[in-house]
Amino acid sequence: MSVGSREAVLNKIRTALDGQKMPGPIPREYDTHGQHAPGSEHVIETLVDRLEDYKALVVRVGPADLADTVSSRLQGFDRIVVPAGLPAEVLEACRRVGRTVFVDGDPAILSAAELDEVQVVVTASRVTVALTGTIVLDGAADQGRRAISLVPDRHLCLVRADQIVETLPEALHLLEATRPLTMISGPSATSDIELNRVEGVHGPRTLDVVIIENS
Amino acid sequence: MTTFLGIPIRRHADPSSPLREGESFPHAARREVNNEQLRGNLSRATATIRGKRAAVVAECADWEQLRDAGSAIKADVMSRLPELLEELERNVIARGGTVHWAADAAEANEIVARIAKSKGVDELVKVKSMATQEIGLNEYLEEVGIAALETDLAELIVQLGHDKPSHILVPAIHRNRAEIREIFLREMPEVPADLTDDPRQLAMAAREHLRRKFLTAKVAVSGANFAVADTGTLAVVESEGNGRMCLTLPETLITVMGIEKLIPTWQDLEVFFQLLPRSSTGERMNPYTSLWTGVTPGDGPQEFHLILLDNGRTNALADEMGRAALHCIRCSACLNVCPVYERAGGHAYGSVYPGPIGAILTPQLTGMHGHNDPNSTLPYASSLCGACFDACPVKIDIPTMLVELRAQSVDSDRGRKVPGGWSSAMKAMSWIMADDKRFRAAEKGLAAGRLIAGPDKKITKLPWPVNGWSSTRDTPAPPKETFRQWWAANRADGSDGDRAPEHNQKPEGTEGP
Amino acid sequence: MRIALFATCMADAMFPQVAVSTVRLLERLGHQVVFPGRQTCCGQMHVNTGYLPEAVPLVRHHVEVFEESSWDYVVAPSGSCVGSVRHQHAMVARRVGDENLAERAEEIAGRTYELSELLVDVLKVTDVGAYYPHRVTYHPTCHSLRMLRVGEKPLKLLQAVEEIDLVELPQADVCCGFGGTFSLKNAPVSGAMLEDKMTNVLATKADVCSAGDSSCLMHIGGGLSRLKSGVRTVHLAEILASTRAEPTR
Repeated sequence: MSVGSREAVLNKIRTALDGQKMPGPIPREYDTHGQHAPGSEHVIETLVDRLEDYKALVVRVGPADLADTVSSRLQGFDRIVVPAGLPAEVLEACRRVGRTVFVDGDPAILSAAELDEVQVVVTASRVTVALTGTIVLDGAADQGRRAISLVPDRHLCLVRADQIVETLPEALHLLEATRPLTMISGPSATSDIELNRVEGVHGPRTLDVVIIENS
Repeated sequence: MTTFLGIPIRRHADPSSPLREGESFPHAARREVNNEQLRGNLSRATATIRGKRAAVVAECADWEQLRDAGSAIKADVMSRLPELLEELERNVIARGGTVHWAADAAEANEIVARIAKSKGVDELVKVKSMATQEIGLNEYLEEVGIAALETDLAELIVQLGHDKPSHILVPAIHRNRAEIREIFLREMPEVPADLTDDPRQLAMAAREHLRRKFLTAKVAVSGANFAVADTGTLAVVESEGNGRMCLTLPETLITVMGIEKLIPTWQDLEVFFQLLPRSSTGERMNPYTSLWTGVTPGDGPQEFHLILLDNGRTNALADEMGRAALHCIRCSACLNVCPVYERAGGHAYGSVYPGPIGAILTPQLTGMHGHNDPNSTLPYASSLCGACFDACPVKIDIPTMLVELRAQSVDSDRGRKVPGGWSSAMKAMSWIMADDKRFRAAEKGLAAGRLIAGPDKKITKLPWPVNGWSSTRDTPAPPKETFRQWWAANRADGSDGDRAPEHNQKPEGTEGP
Repeated sequence: MRIALFATCMADAMFPQVAVSTVRLLERLGHQVVFPGRQTCCGQMHVNTGYLPEAVPLVRHHVEVFEESSWDYVVAPSGSCVGSVRHQHAMVARRVGDENLAERAEEIAGRTYELSELLVDVLKVTDVGAYYPHRVTYHPTCHSLRMLRVGEKPLKLLQAVEEIDLVELPQADVCCGFGGTFSLKNAPVSGAMLEDKMTNVLATKADVCSAGDSSCLMHIGGGLSRLKSGVRTVHLAEILASTRAEPTR
């Protein structure tokens, strides 16, 4: 295994730092918590506002209406991919009206080309930040490999109310750093042409968020 | 080339390198500032982004506290860089990654090419990265027969337009929609002839153009926005999803990262993930952020190479004051608020790092080699208005560093046998102004200016080095009487100009002492 | 109060009416103004052009002239020169290893004020009893704004002026392009910045463009004069010194 100029670079750094004054302690006076509890009405309302601002679709449902809502939001699509660990009632909802549902890894994982033929991916999520409208996926069984939530053009994402925190620091505390993480704030977008935002480039062009309220 | 104007230089200071393109700032800026199209494009784009940034920063009640933390974390990183890099290396290796160290651009390029060749590819996909631009990776790969495909929309526009980036975040900021349409029609065989200049249509054309490439690429190259030492986690912040594509679909991922991109702990991300998107695109959060640690079996690339790049960073690190330039998180807020950047454009800086941060970072990475080195002119590419310092999310005091670098530039040129005009003028003025008798005599000499001013008391033409001033500005004729002459005539009582006030009553409505 | 005037080299030699107005204004408010006659220049141009060793004699001279303590404060009608005294003098001294000079410079910096700061913060006055019947727009100048953080102080002083027609300058906080030797070394870019500043000034239809720095005013005024725009540049001190009895033009 090549390490290239490891010692040379490290020695140059040590020489550069020789005799330096050490900096003082790091002030952390910024907010590390929001003023509202995870999943509280205020937090959910903030999230809805942010998602709509990003041109994502969003709907709030009670647990009893989840399956019907998922099914109705998949109306018009017939090729769906889901991770292997999606809750049974959601998987059932995906399969209604004769839709073809590919379960990634059961039996086989889908190739990139196969994923490109799928219209919608349905996943759960790990934690969501209300103030920035950021949904985080961590690759757990109900979210699947990163590729499945990337290649299909539409992402139906389930967010449980109790998973919604107000601030980004709160969310980072709940995440396991070494898992493959994707933070999603709205559908893919670009501002590269005259700095005007255009939604929908390479990632899913439509982000559809279902917020499942506490029963 | 191993010498530059007779001065031996390091390889990274090659005059044709992406950090020193060859023209001095004043020369390039004189040309660029006359490009009306460029000025129009830049002024509209930077005005838009300034407005967005101001709005989302105003939402953050703890913005100044976040800046203080960000600045202190980066200072901490620099002071403990060797230990933190070794910690990062250990954690990346423990999670199945491979770590390489590159002293300069050439070494980093060779490592990337070697890995790509070992995979048998002649094409790879790239996520926008300043580090790979800085080392000229695409050009190097082309020489060895590997096509590097830029996938960020702005980078794609630049690449297809056979152009150079002019902005850190939006490399094609100098292009407007009509120009982009022209480039796409010319360079993308598959786009329909009725493509309009609607940004949405243009973005969709880019999507179509790159889709197959993403789905079939075997090797990807990325940069990194952050690397977390205590977990070995890498982060890429982006908008379009091209980053996710490159970081997820290929079998092999190569990440080139400047050694300063490190942060000590996972917790520190909570600071930078708030500072960066608000400062760069003026969003509360960018659409996509990808975080990965080494290799995750069954998810994403199964081979991961991290290349840690020096390429002059240790030069900057050795200067205890200049070190702060390495705190930069490449948000480009300083470019967007800089009145000089807005008018001269990014190309005038002759470096992949333009704008205020480029004016301090570039000369520190390359060194300044006398008055004929174009990078010696970069610290002067500023009116020192201070807007950059206010906008910087990690509080880099760019104006003070510009002054310090100007001093270093002057000092490095003091050995000249024949001193330059500036040097002679500054020395003469220092001698005059350090003594009030000489200063008074000079003031009398200035009165001669009244003779060259016409009856309208204006001077319209001045000699070198102030001729540039008089090309668009009049200068008033010196007054008949200097202030000190007025004082002597009206106030002084023979002593040091001391005198009691004429009337001591306060005017109405004041609350004087 | 006993206040020493640091006239600044530019006002002394080129714009004496600015220093005269400062004297008249402070005297009208009941203060005693002293002019230490040996003063010359703060050395900012040398520092900002990179000639730091050449600035040392100027810093030393300034310190020797102003360190006397018979006056309470030092005032200068310039945000830029006060910025230099406050943020550069000690730095210049330390760079050549003269800690003693640095500490003396810091002591002086601690009681040196830009005119609007002195009036509002120290003398606690915003209505100075001025009268100025003209349409005025105000350019806040970069060093007053971002080095000294004078904020709204000059505007508060102007708002209290009798019969003034104060109009807001669009994009007021953007640099006029002067930047000392920047306007010589990068004259075309400086000129482009000036052009935009003038466009904004002309858009206000003001008769007078005012500022707290003679240098920026010389720059903006030089451009406005070349355009034969008819808009005059008048320093903040001149407006505040203007009264019904003795109006400034």
